[in-house]
Amino acid sequence: MDISLKVFRYNPEAGRTKPAYDTYLLNGVDPTDRILDLLEEVKDYHDGTLSFRRSCAHGVCGSDAMRINGVNRLACKALVQDLNSNSITVEPILGLKVIKDLIVDMKPFFDSYKSVMPFMINDDIPEDGKERLQSIADRERFDDTTKCILCAACTTSCPTFWSDDKYVGPAAIVNAHRFIFDTRDQAAEERLNILNDESGVFRCRTAFNCTEACPREIHVTQAVAEVKQAIVSGVIK
Amino acid sequence: MSNHHQHEVVIVGAGGAGLMAALYASRGADTAVISKLYPTRSHTGAAQGGIGAALGNLEKDTVEWHTYDTVKGSDYLGDQDSIEFMAKEAIPVVYELEHMGLPFSRTEDGRIAQRPFGGHMNKETNKPVTRAAYAADRTGHMILQTLYQQCVKNEVNFYDEFQVLDLIVEDGKTAGVVAVDLSTGELHTYHAKSVIFATGGHGRVWEVTSNAYAYTGDGVAIAARKGIPMEDMEFFQFHPTGIKKLGILITEGVRGEGGVLINGEGERLMDKYAPNAKDLASRDVVSRAMYIEAREGRGVNKEKHMYLDVTPEVVNKYAKSDGRTNPDGTPYVTTAEEILTKLPDIIDFCRTYLGIDPVKQPMPVQPTAHYAMGGIPTNVYGEVVIDEKNTIMPGFYAAGEVACVSVHGANRLGTNSLLDIVVFGKQAGKKAAEYSKNNKYPSFPDDAKENTQKQVDHILNSDGSESAADIGKEMKSVMMDHVGVFRTEEGMAKAVEKIRELKERYQKVGVTDKGKVFNTELLNVWELGCLLDSAEITAVSALARKESRGAHAREDYPKRDDKTWLKHTLAWMNDDGIKLGYKDVQLGKYEPKERVY
Repeated sequence: MDISLKVFRYNPEAGRTKPAYDTYLLNGVDPTDRILDLLEEVKDYHDGTLSFRRSCAHGVCGSDAMRINGVNRLACKALVQDLNSNSITVEPILGLKVIKDLIVDMKPFFDSYKSVMPFMINDDIPEDGKERLQSIADRERFDDTTKCILCAACTTSCPTFWSDDKYVGPAAIVNAHRFIFDTRDQAAEERLNILNDESGVFRCRTAFNCTEACPREIHVTQAVAEVKQAIVSGVIK
Repeated sequence: MSNHHQHEVVIVGAGGAGLMAALYASRGADTAVISKLYPTRSHTGAAQGGIGAALGNLEKDTVEWHTYDTVKGSDYLGDQDSIEFMAKEAIPVVYELEHMGLPFSRTEDGRIAQRPFGGHMNKETNKPVTRAAYAADRTGHMILQTLYQQCVKNEVNFYDEFQVLDLIVEDGKTAGVVAVDLSTGELHTYHAKSVIFATGGHGRVWEVTSNAYAYTGDGVAIAARKGIPMEDMEFFQFHPTGIKKLGILITEGVRGEGGVLINGEGERLMDKYAPNAKDLASRDVVSRAMYIEAREGRGVNKEKHMYLDVTPEVVNKYAKSDGRTNPDGTPYVTTAEEILTKLPDIIDFCRTYLGIDPVKQPMPVQPTAHYAMGGIPTNVYGEVVIDEKNTIMPGFYAAGEVACVSVHGANRLGTNSLLDIVVFGKQAGKKAAEYSKNNKYPSFPDDAKENTQKQVDHILNSDGSESAADIGKEMKSVMMDHVGVFRTEEGMAKAVEKIRELKERYQKVGVTDKGKVFNTELLNVWELGCLLDSAEITAVSALARKESRGAHAREDYPKRDDKTWLKHTLAWMNDDGIKLGYKDVQLGKYEPKERVY
């Protein structure tokens, strides 16, 4: 099939100081091709200057979150046939500064992630040196939020984040949730305090965009709600 | 930020090996990690099935069994002292990961869950043993996340999206690296006492691969260009179950949970090739069986692929005929729900890329280039050893897929790569910190950047009459056809000649992007150069080895030849090609014998 691929371009260094779009006509596209395959085709044979991030190419490394026909997706996990259209528009994710073409500044995103203490706090090790025990049910409790690959698709789909870049954003909350609800962790209270401040979890307006955007199908909005509940009730369950 | 930095230990690469090294090195030395990707993008995150350790949580298991299985899996080319070291270290290191917070799946009694994996056997029952500790089918993701979390906690220094292009050596001593900051295009120099390469593999040399775009053999190429030999590069693993054409990995854990390979005639094919271990024979054996079936016209629709079937009916049928039991002795019976819980990501991949549901339909799979057994030679402390006598190069360390200890020999067992990265990442980190405490900074040359600048300028100023994309495709195709699962003298000679022609043509590859900010085109071209070097060393090493062993299967020399070839290859890259040498394998209590599964 033939595809008209419209790509956002911005590169002040080369004089492209105003955001604009380039359109490439691609012939012989397989409906099962990934959008990433199309971008690679453009870079290889149409315009080598087109810049984007990618690595694993199968949806587990989180490098290539983009807006594809207006929706945040991973370019390597969106197939041409999923889009039901011969015109495909690819743009950078919103709310983070565009550096060049589809590449945005990820530093603020990772800073927010780091602000919620995304690491296990528990220095008690069993005397025999073996594993701490955890029931299957207790492990299952936080399984969903362990899946996060930090691609930023959720945070950059959030209207609150667009209007206020101080908001910690759903990805950071998901990563706090992963520890708050892990029975082995001992610092839930500190994390809840961090998320209870003005840039924290109560900025969420339950738009649900994040849940729809997550390529790992994490129930992001639910995780955010559970963190809110834990703060309000003082109970973690 | 100044463009010159000084850190006692510099680690290149932020996958499992690099991060584990960073955690340990940073306890005793000023440490920095340089990575071309954000650390959480590293390819460790794509590993699925598990990490091998004889914890014995579900049935009896021992370090000795793990050692033996790994020696046998390596087709006796692995060094037995190193393998025993790894199998022993496996147990404490897996507990250590749990203590760091890794969310392992759990058994009924709350211990770390374990599943069977190819080539790992219970010596009493002679059936596959539950040795692979796992976190659903995203064990690598959890290891990468957990180690990165610990690095954040311990405030390790990171240079994210900096691409290392050169290693600086002064008077035979490691003195640092040169890297480009991808966001600005500026070259940075790093003066160090110790440098650890944890740069991963080079699977992008082949057409069908499970490997990330980033897996371009940078570490191999940079070290080889500095005169460091590469060990056993002819041994490259093809994983039996990649998604048809795409090569995306379907974990061996699928077969661990009872999945079977079925040919185009609806028969279980491994009955013939590995009557005992069957679908859980080691990877080289299974990949060859699939190739033979396809060649003899028994592929699905007579094509190259087979079916991997994990539908509950098929799993239960074969589990019954195999007499498979649960740890408590009851017959093994699974359900769709159980499969979904244990293999959620695999189900997701199949739905996304194939539009099929693996609990209802079989998955079309073919062997996919997966893992480099060979690489930079090291001892068990990660110290790089640069000749037949294992002479240590001061201050240079390697760990993970880029290194060759050698614990995998001619064929790696599943779950031993996640183990390798944490065991030897830890050792390298400790040793590098210790070395930096006992040694002063070596002198650092004023012209350290020159070699790198020359490489970059060459690409920027080339006439661009050749296309990098075309050269890449031709390389992948010739390596897939002739230096893949099966090999012949004629085919490999053709591959060597072709790679050399491509290296000539590569000199004329240019770029249209002349900018400095995120010049990914320039980076891709530089990486292609690394791939071509990796391909040449691989093909030349393979052509010379006139026997079949592990992943190196020659149709013209179908037998293993211990008399002549029970030795490690060392390959030096110099201006007029590749020079080969050999060194002894460390044997031990396991005498080489015929390998039957």
